[in-house]
Amino acid sequence: MTGKLNLDPALVAQARELARLAGQPVTDLARTHTTVSVERAVLRLGGLDGADEDGMPWVNRLTDAVRESVGLEHGVALPAWDALLTGGYPDLRTLAVDAGSGLVKFRLPTGADADAARESAARSVRKGLDRIDAQRAERGRMLAATSDPPMPWIYLIVATGDIYEDIPQAQAAAREGADVIAVIRSTGQSLLDYVPEGATREGYAGTYATRENFRLMRGALDDVSRELGRYVRLTNYASGLCMPEIASLAGLERLDMMLNDCMYGIIFRDINPVRTFIDQRFSRQVHARAGIVINTGEDNYLTTADAVDAAHTVVVSQLLNEYFGREAGLADAQLGLGHAFEINPEVPDSFLLELAHAQLIRELFPDAPLKYMPPTKHMTGNVFAGYLLDAFFNLAGVMTDQSILLIGMMTEGIHTPFLSDRDLALENVRYVRRAAGRLGESFRPEPDGFVAQRARQVLGEAIDLLRGIGSQGLLTAIGEGTFGVTRRPADGGRGLDGVVKQAGGYYNPATQMLEVTV
Amino acid sequence: MSLTGVQGVVRPYGDTTGDGRVQVSFTLPVPFGDEAERARAEGAALQLAGKMGLDPAMVVHAKGMGPDFTFFIVYGRVSHVVDLSAITVAEREFPVLPAAEVNLRIRSALGRKLVVVGACIGTDAHTVGIDAILNVKGHAGEKGLEYYREIRVVNMGAQVGVADLVARAVAEHADAVLVSQVVTQRDAHLSNTREMAAAFHAGFGLQRPLLVVGGPRFDPTAAHDLGVDKIFGRGTTPGEVASYLVHALAPSEGQGGPGGWSPPGEGQGGPGGWSPPGEGGA
Repeated sequence: MTGKLNLDPALVAQARELARLAGQPVTDLARTHTTVSVERAVLRLGGLDGADEDGMPWVNRLTDAVRESVGLEHGVALPAWDALLTGGYPDLRTLAVDAGSGLVKFRLPTGADADAARESAARSVRKGLDRIDAQRAERGRMLAATSDPPMPWIYLIVATGDIYEDIPQAQAAAREGADVIAVIRSTGQSLLDYVPEGATREGYAGTYATRENFRLMRGALDDVSRELGRYVRLTNYASGLCMPEIASLAGLERLDMMLNDCMYGIIFRDINPVRTFIDQRFSRQVHARAGIVINTGEDNYLTTADAVDAAHTVVVSQLLNEYFGREAGLADAQLGLGHAFEINPEVPDSFLLELAHAQLIRELFPDAPLKYMPPTKHMTGNVFAGYLLDAFFNLAGVMTDQSILLIGMMTEGIHTPFLSDRDLALENVRYVRRAAGRLGESFRPEPDGFVAQRARQVLGEAIDLLRGIGSQGLLTAIGEGTFGVTRRPADGGRGLDGVVKQAGGYYNPATQMLEVTV
Repeated sequence: MSLTGVQGVVRPYGDTTGDGRVQVSFTLPVPFGDEAERARAEGAALQLAGKMGLDPAMVVHAKGMGPDFTFFIVYGRVSHVVDLSAITVAEREFPVLPAAEVNLRIRSALGRKLVVVGACIGTDAHTVGIDAILNVKGHAGEKGLEYYREIRVVNMGAQVGVADLVARAVAEHADAVLVSQVVTQRDAHLSNTREMAAAFHAGFGLQRPLLVVGGPRFDPTAAHDLGVDKIFGRGTTPGEVASYLVHALAPSEGQGGPGGWSPPGEGQGGPGGWSPPGEGGA
């Protein structure tokens, strides 16, 4: 599958090395800091669930109480499990209730007490990771009992706001051919510094990501997978302020793919860059363990900037996502790097440019399950023209061997898709796959023709951009507006107050176990 | 306002003047399985088409979607006529401009970036609205105000105190303050907005920044009563807000009149100086 574009292997290696150089200082930062959400994820893996009567999760109440009392520099585990043992609490929930009422005096245990706390914390967190391992094994059993659909996987979105409406819609979409169901989150959930609890029936343009919603939807898709003899994957979003916790819940409830981009929250949601990189590393370690395929969000760059001018920023972001992903232990087969079909159809040769970009990415990341996003920006409301554009997107997808095709809707930007919009969209992709599914093997761009030259040009621009980042550092580059159109300084944005520098003796049983597996 | 120049009645045009032919598509929750079900489904589609005024109507496509639904494409002749003289066009007080035009207007009218400070005030933690307007991510396919090159956005987030908001507006030389209010228990959105407006009137006098409020439960015509310049309701897009800001703060030459604004004049304190809104605006 390589060699259609005559890419210079030395240049490709140089691009990877530059991405590593840009990312390395950020990784070092992530290794030496923690966040409130990382610590709350430790408690979740340690078995703490549920929320108080106001809906505030107990993991927040307990983490806040520990932070107020002894700080989080040593991690939440040591003081929390010490209080659990010395206070004679039956479980973390009971401890959290008392801690929330200010009844618990936390301390940093030393000597034998510290050993006991660490041992107890490790035992509890181990159980959480055991459950994640068991869910991974269960996915394997389900795949064996049903079947793994061939790529490209057809990826469809449901988003009613009500999990009990989402379920029949998701099952109907699966019966119509969807291989992957994504439940879009309620608008703004990424900015909540807690994970809502329970089954939810109200959301803004999407459904809250909660553990119970995960469990309900996975169960419903298991039913339909057995019915169809084909495993239907479930996707949600590990992004925003609670990335580590949502990743953990996804592992515990056997989600199969998670949106998880290294810079999306920074650029598009104004979440603090440092917070994001720390949270991201932990979440990717969990995803690696859980066998979850991450999906990155490079398509977003092309919705804000011109898809021709900004093509190289997509490649740069993919190289960074690859570096951060591998560093956190993800296999290439778990790197669902994203890109999109967003070139203005009025541009001459726009389809050739799309082919060049898509083929370039295919060759740069030969083992990654690439996720290809349909046109959104140039869907005008002319649903008939939009249907044609979606067909061209599907054609580019099969010609360049993309792995995950998000199915475009002719009514994109008008309303949440009608049942019929989805049905027509699936008819579109089914036709293209049937008619031209094997076109990729006969697609040989002229070595020095338009497509190959354009691909090499984009790679060259990506290397130039990475070189520029290298000399100033990734955080500075983000602060100066290199990605997207906004400047995101390292000391700005939401969630910085949840970042804590680790002290000597910092203890995090989850990280210890997850690092070992890398 | 009636359209001038085109009068009388018209019908849809298929391929002949006055043929009244249209095409519609819809889904009915009826099965499309065996022959009897199919006949019944098509009958259902024809009945709906008839009630919609299509006579005669023809189902040209029917397709079952799963066990419970059928999708139809129907052509037909509508009996309705369009009376062009009866059309009224709701006039927006300002035109919605593309982003490039917004940027250009700010550059030429202000010669600097337009500064917007946004927040959710009071106890309201619902930043969905303000974020949809301000974040690059945007809303309804439109990028937020951060996306505009000539707009500098300061998003203070949720649960911001009025005093903090005023202080920040001073420090940032805000041209406009955007406040989002979702929570409406005991009319908190109204009392919070009045409190905020009073604080800006007290702190700035006539030099105050433009005050813009948004939320799903506001009455868009109540701006004057609440002491603010503009209220946006449910479904507002960032482009509308940006266009309004430009309309109010960076008028093109010749703009003015009722509802228009004067650009900040010299001697009014430089950047951040303001003329009051014209009373009697739309």
